[in-house]
Amino acid sequence: MAIMTYREALNLALREEMDRDPRVFVMGEEVGLYDGAYKVTQGLLKAYGDKRIIDTPICESGFTGVGVGAAMLGLRPVIEMMTFNFSILALDQIVNSAAKMCYMSGGQYPIPLVVRGPGGPAAQLAAQHSQSMETYFYHVPGLKVVRPTTPADAKGLLKSAIRDDNPVIFIEAETLYAVKGEVPDDPDFTIPLGKAIIRREGTDVTVVAYMGMMYRAMEVAEELAKEGISCELVDPRTLRPMDTDTIVSSVRKTHRAVVLEAGAGFAGMGSEIASEITEEAFDDLDAPVERVTGENAPMPYAKNLELLKTPSKAKIADAIRKVCYR
Amino acid sequence: MAQAKTIVLAPRLDGELARRLLSQMALIRRFEEKAAEMYALGKIGGFLHLYIGQEAVAVGATSTTRPDDYAVSSYREHGHCLAKGSDPKKVMAELFGRSGGLSKGKGGSMHLFDKSVNFLGGHGIVGAHLPLAAGAGFAIKYQGGDQVVLCYFGDGAVPEGEFHESMNLMALWKLPVIFICENNRYAMGTAIHRALAQTEVWRFAETYGMHGEAVDGMDVLAVRDCVGRAVERARKDKAPTLIEARTYRFRGHSMRDPAGSVYRTKEEVEREKQRDPIAIFVERCLKDGVLADADVKAVEKDVNDLVDEAVAFAESSPEPAPEELFTDVYKD
Repeated sequence: MAIMTYREALNLALREEMDRDPRVFVMGEEVGLYDGAYKVTQGLLKAYGDKRIIDTPICESGFTGVGVGAAMLGLRPVIEMMTFNFSILALDQIVNSAAKMCYMSGGQYPIPLVVRGPGGPAAQLAAQHSQSMETYFYHVPGLKVVRPTTPADAKGLLKSAIRDDNPVIFIEAETLYAVKGEVPDDPDFTIPLGKAIIRREGTDVTVVAYMGMMYRAMEVAEELAKEGISCELVDPRTLRPMDTDTIVSSVRKTHRAVVLEAGAGFAGMGSEIASEITEEAFDDLDAPVERVTGENAPMPYAKNLELLKTPSKAKIADAIRKVCYR
Repeated sequence: MAQAKTIVLAPRLDGELARRLLSQMALIRRFEEKAAEMYALGKIGGFLHLYIGQEAVAVGATSTTRPDDYAVSSYREHGHCLAKGSDPKKVMAELFGRSGGLSKGKGGSMHLFDKSVNFLGGHGIVGAHLPLAAGAGFAIKYQGGDQVVLCYFGDGAVPEGEFHESMNLMALWKLPVIFICENNRYAMGTAIHRALAQTEVWRFAETYGMHGEAVDGMDVLAVRDCVGRAVERARKDKAPTLIEARTYRFRGHSMRDPAGSVYRTKEEVEREKQRDPIAIFVERCLKDGVLADADVKAVEKDVNDLVDEAVAFAESSPEPAPEELFTDVYKD
């Protein structure tokens, strides 16, 4: 085990997979000479050269399509979105080309492609640069969608994503890049896609959360423990395919569930998880499932409004108390 | 670097080559006529975009490439797929939505794929397959190969951003890709002068510093000559080319626009039909003595038989099993 940042863990995953498989290459805006806009690809150009670390012009649809075409010929591209906000410009290539090619071709052309980069709420970046983008992707059959919370998950899940034969949307978080944690240094360490993890065991209520919301939930769980409420924290890690079994098993044990989501709540991931819990474990529930989500407004710039936009610790704590009838 | 016209070298045309070019063009024509009939009978559903009138482009272009070269196209791709060497039986079965189709019936007319002949697909979103072609070219270079990619699209794709993004990347990275714009003068119902500020499509090559050329897309030998030189540039120098093949579709945009008569005049369509690429080629071959009447009749009989066999195969091929709904969504 080594202690490293989330950013360093991603960098290490890229290096290990490039060492392991010559078909892996990294392409995107500022990934090479600039060392990555958020320094995830730092030092890769120097280590692997410009054949495998490719700076692109600003043309998200163009270079994502290049990745899909290269994958059709057997390469394993890792396409960096400088931020996932820009992936909207590549949405047709991701949804209509990458996700459906295997199906439309009757299995002849699977697309082993990773599209990765930071997404989710960031610090005062306003409406266009601060939003939860996973919503746009997890609806699409043919895509896998990953949101890793810890440095170890970042490494293990990125390695699995690169080894996967399907297109994987891998959304990191700008606000987590500097978070430090223990990371296995074994180059064979991977975390399978589609497996949730229980981050804190508890008996009174299941709280489902990922990324920044999980860190907030961990603090709330600590505080509520003092009130005698024992929270079990479940992190899905992969949103598609979703590990519903782990979530439902936890709810069957605690009989209560609160689902957290940073993005706007309408038709969000929280709705999907709440619906799964209701369908699978209705008879086990002692209270209706609560959702705590981002407000249904674009991200404002003003600091005070920004704080109101995403779920606060107080709101999360209130929802947990509510399902516990406290 | 770009140029409007190059002198067409007198291509050496022998009987064997003439028969091959004619057979492929005639096969595509007969296949498409039969597909239209089958559509009218309700055997084929959805959209059906016919290639009739444009056969010289796919056949002339493909005749200059090797089997291990790649081709990719839009949703008007039956001709490109057949020219690349796909089995007409499997193509027809795909149009019928049957399990014996190229994509097991899951793609249909707009999504023909055939890995066995390096056909990278028919793509339904205008312009979207242009970056894929650049990606295939990127992969060839990455893998140290000497194959080339032929990418076919209509004049309707030229105003799309992806055309320009791909042109820039191909030129910037020197990718072995040949863009063949089949300018049939109408993007669905929109005439080219209503869609493009620059209607001489080949001139966009100038902007990106690559070779550009216009060619008579109704003349299979001219296409062969023009694409042949582009293939050589791509194979030897990894240099991309933009070719504008000037052609015409004799039918409407799709079977839902059978006559294509709202946005163009009957006179225009009839005039263009005088440029029929197959009739022109047959006339030339007979005049030059490269082919005899009997050869032409034999080709016609052969392609009729092939297309009849294709229909019989498609008719007898079973529908996909219900489980197929969920296979190939992901590769395990």
